[in-house]
Amino acid sequence: MDRKQFLRTLALAGAAITVKSKGGMDLMAQSQGKKPVDLVAVMGGEPEEMFRQAIEELGGISKFIKKGWKVTVKPNIGWDKAPELAGNTNPKLVAEIVRQCFQAGAKEVTVFDHTCDDWIKCYRNSGIEAAIKAAGGKMAPANEESYYRKVQLPLGKKLTSTKVHEAILDCDAWINVPVLKHHGGANLSISMKNYMGIIWDRRIFHRTDMQQCIADVCTMEKKPVLNVVDAYRTMKTNGPQGRTTADVVDTKGLFISKDIVAVDTAAAKFFGQIRDMPLENVGHLAKGQMLGLGTMELDKLNIKRIKLG
Amino acid sequence: MLREARVAVSVALFSLITFYFIDFAGLMSGDAANLLARMQLVPAALTASFAMLAGLAVLTLLLGRVYCSSICPMGVYQDAVAWLSKRVAKRKKRYKFGKAKTVLRVSMLAVALAIFLKFPLVSGLIDPYSAYGRIAANIFRPAYMLGNNALATVFMHFGSYTFYKTDVFIASVFSFAVALLTMMLVGYLAWRHGRTYCNTVCPVGTALGFLSRFSIFKIRIDASKCNSCGVCEMRCKAACINSKQHTIDSSRCVGCFSCMGVCRRNCLTFSPALPLGKAATAREGSPAAGNAVDGGRRRFLTAGVAAAAAAPAAMAGERAGSPTGATRYTRQHPILPPGAVSTDNMLRHCTSCHLCVSKCPSQVLKPAFLEYGLAGIMQPTMDFEKGFCNYDCTICSEVCPSDAIKRLTKEEKHLNQGGHVVLNRDICVVPTEEVSCGACSEHCPTQAVTMIPYKNGLTIPHINTEICIGCGGCEFICPVRPFRAIYIEGHAVQSKAKPFEEQKKEEKEIDSFGF
Repeated sequence: MDRKQFLRTLALAGAAITVKSKGGMDLMAQSQGKKPVDLVAVMGGEPEEMFRQAIEELGGISKFIKKGWKVTVKPNIGWDKAPELAGNTNPKLVAEIVRQCFQAGAKEVTVFDHTCDDWIKCYRNSGIEAAIKAAGGKMAPANEESYYRKVQLPLGKKLTSTKVHEAILDCDAWINVPVLKHHGGANLSISMKNYMGIIWDRRIFHRTDMQQCIADVCTMEKKPVLNVVDAYRTMKTNGPQGRTTADVVDTKGLFISKDIVAVDTAAAKFFGQIRDMPLENVGHLAKGQMLGLGTMELDKLNIKRIKLG
Repeated sequence: MLREARVAVSVALFSLITFYFIDFAGLMSGDAANLLARMQLVPAALTASFAMLAGLAVLTLLLGRVYCSSICPMGVYQDAVAWLSKRVAKRKKRYKFGKAKTVLRVSMLAVALAIFLKFPLVSGLIDPYSAYGRIAANIFRPAYMLGNNALATVFMHFGSYTFYKTDVFIASVFSFAVALLTMMLVGYLAWRHGRTYCNTVCPVGTALGFLSRFSIFKIRIDASKCNSCGVCEMRCKAACINSKQHTIDSSRCVGCFSCMGVCRRNCLTFSPALPLGKAATAREGSPAAGNAVDGGRRRFLTAGVAAAAAAPAAMAGERAGSPTGATRYTRQHPILPPGAVSTDNMLRHCTSCHLCVSKCPSQVLKPAFLEYGLAGIMQPTMDFEKGFCNYDCTICSEVCPSDAIKRLTKEEKHLNQGGHVVLNRDICVVPTEEVSCGACSEHCPTQAVTMIPYKNGLTIPHINTEICIGCGGCEFICPVRPFRAIYIEGHAVQSKAKPFEEQKKEEKEIDSFGF
């Protein structure tokens, strides 16, 4: 289903490129409306403004969130770290997404993560709990197994079922909001790796071939309507936890797309400018592409690049 | 009036300290809350807190053993049980004067003191605060958590996350059994006889009894008015009023004031002294009374023996839980909580009140079994089955009322090395399965475990024990089973870890997208 969509996008993109190379782009845009943007990359500015610009390019949040929906926003809140240490998604960004969901008419917006450190400390010290409550959203606990229900993953190669948090299973739409950071095991942690916070048993990932399991869990039928990669601050070393601000670079980036492989590829290439990070080392990207979750071939996508003052 | 005031104070203090123990959500914290534990006599003695000891001595010299009726949670627990027994009894409950068991009391105190100086834990078994702490931590707390989980389920049903569920488990079967036995034994005595425990076994009660004999305010009987009707005696759960002789054994009186309101002739006063000539001084029961057979005591001792007999079985049961196999590791030394200084310091200070175990937000502290040897049974040790020690957390060191865990600042904690990491590369999944993992390094706050290049873009753990503080993040998360590929070896004496090298933050200008 998603693959079909993806292929269509590919075909369209291909057509668009063909048209463009013939100089017929403007004409097409006039006759058929604007060609849809697949991925938006933003640099500079503050998290709220960056997201506003990016979502605008994709046609506004109401394209993804409908009136009366129950929405779940899934940031990375894995560590008991202050926002400056970039171990977690930027609270300003998460709050802005929650506010926009409400503007689009969402009935309720729930935020959670299955944290690594003590969840109460993570929620509090990441600044996310306070920001979300101020925005009118609610924080759901994810510290206990009974919050999770078993889900089959028929497309998974090594991981064929896993327990997923009810906030994901019971919502009308969910938005994946990872932070871009270095990861000692997976090499990079972005949107696909962020799935490890919606499930209960992570040890099985580590035991079984993490890169494949990450790709496998992303085949879950209920996909995020949007992936928003926070690269406002990027942890370049000692990830995913980090030690001090010396591990952090102020990169002021944001990447947003429905295509999870594409957005992670873009973010990984962005990261590659800070330190060498061959895409092959981030094995779950190619494995995700193999499973039809998206494309690593950014050239074939319609990417909108925005630089803010 | 006095009785009502006593009830009000004791209910308030009892509720507070009980809630302090069972409060898994950390709603109650701070120095004021810690005072609830620090004002207990045994912790005050262990920390040699002069102010606290002097305060308690002055209180007792002024008002008698009111400590036992208000500050001591075990005392109030017994009152609650006795009150309940009165409510359900078919016949009206009557207490009767009993002779003082001076020999038993004093010898219990002597034994407790002797052990106290070397191993407070053993006397901690009969110390009322620690014994109550274990009951609260092992029995009341899980019950409270189960109630919370039920409530959370109901609320969740209506889409509210006001309450959250929490993992309920018994950290140590042995400690649970000890707590349950204590609760049942003391409860039984209270149900049948009132404050028997306080006037036979309790070393704190006996110690305070020495002082309360000389207290300024005492409950006194005006012998000139008293007709020995015995109504006060029937109300005395400490069994210290001899209405026939018009005497009150003020070394045993716990200051509950239950007798005060019932005297129809108003012969009872709580006053500095009776007018001269009328004074009826309280006399101790003769030491020979200690030989008198007491049903409660006999039962108590029998039960005690039964408990001792049952303990090895419980111990064996726990031992059976540990893994066996070829690559098993056995910790050479258990891991002390951060701030415990050394095993020696722990042995000399900890009465195993379980406050740290209850308050640990990461569920990493659990009562030891034989890890510290017999003398350290039930003292806290770190166990990484349920969690690992949070890098920034210093809660156990803040709550410990006995200085068994000394207070640490966050900065001190960051360098407090209670153990070091050991890596068994032979069973690590990276080389055995040739897959990426990095779970250990991911959880390492100092990066004593880092991932270094291995092959095919894979990374493999590399350890630096100098900067390891032994938090157990790596051991907790290591996915290898049945034996983990990485674990913490404890230190008998905690030391200072080498601070990790702090890199300078480099300003990196990135002005293109990279794709």
